[in-house]
Amino acid sequence: MRAELINPFLKATMSTFQTMVNTNPTPSAPFVKAEPSLSHDVSGIIGLSGGAKGAVIISFPTSTALATVSSFIGLNVTAVDADVTDAVGELANIIAGAAKADLSGLNITISLPSVVIGQNHKVTTPKDIPSIVIPFKCAHGEFVVEVCIALTDPK
Amino acid sequence: MKILLVDDSSTMRRIQKNTLSSLGFTDVDEAEDGQDAVSKVAKTRYDLVLMDWNMPNMTGIDALKAIRANPETAKVPVIMVTSESEKTRILEAIQSGATNYIVKPFTPDVLKEKLDAMKG
Repeated sequence: MRAELINPFLKATMSTFQTMVNTNPTPSAPFVKAEPSLSHDVSGIIGLSGGAKGAVIISFPTSTALATVSSFIGLNVTAVDADVTDAVGELANIIAGAAKADLSGLNITISLPSVVIGQNHKVTTPKDIPSIVIPFKCAHGEFVVEVCIALTDPK
Repeated sequence: MKILLVDDSSTMRRIQKNTLSSLGFTDVDEAEDGQDAVSKVAKTRYDLVLMDWNMPNMTGIDALKAIRANPETAKVPVIMVTSESEKTRILEAIQSGATNYIVKPFTPDVLKEKLDAMKG
């Protein structure tokens, strides 16, 4: 997968967390997702269509999700509830939107966010599209951003 | 100043409402999609609408066009607050009558700047 398709999502994640979550996340080396999939507790998912297809997924362990959302909305949340679900979806939306601007030549359309809640759930992505996982560490804990993307009409 | 916040995300409405409150703007109503916004703008005189773009039922850009198409509401200032940050999208919003544009992610200072610009 071309780095220029992944880097905008890395940059957008850092910018979103710095601006709206008051923390400076540190990325580790991205890797290609292998089976079996990673397990997570809270995931925000945005579908990509148009000039590129796939999805971007931000996934948290519960403790990181709660701390991240508390900082994001300015209110201490202690359980995964409707506020956490909405906030994680919005974080995914902002990250995908910011990355999309860096990929403007592709005319990507992003979906409304979906959020999956459940201890140790797995998010499966299409096997024909490579999926790159970018691990992050921040003051609120660890999380990952998974970018599953392919050009619709590769040249 | 009476403000209508339009966003399908309750999180974003809460964040913006808190920011507005910290800036002294407490007369704030909320709408959760474009349809709701068009309906509320038709019934209540707002001094400003802060409008998300991607929402279910009716998008923010369609709501903006509907507000501009109604002579009763055509002059209501509308600032788009959205993660749609491509130049073509910003141009589309301005051509559709957006008063200003805020790209997510944004800091409270950005919102303050846009409000100050409106107050002149």
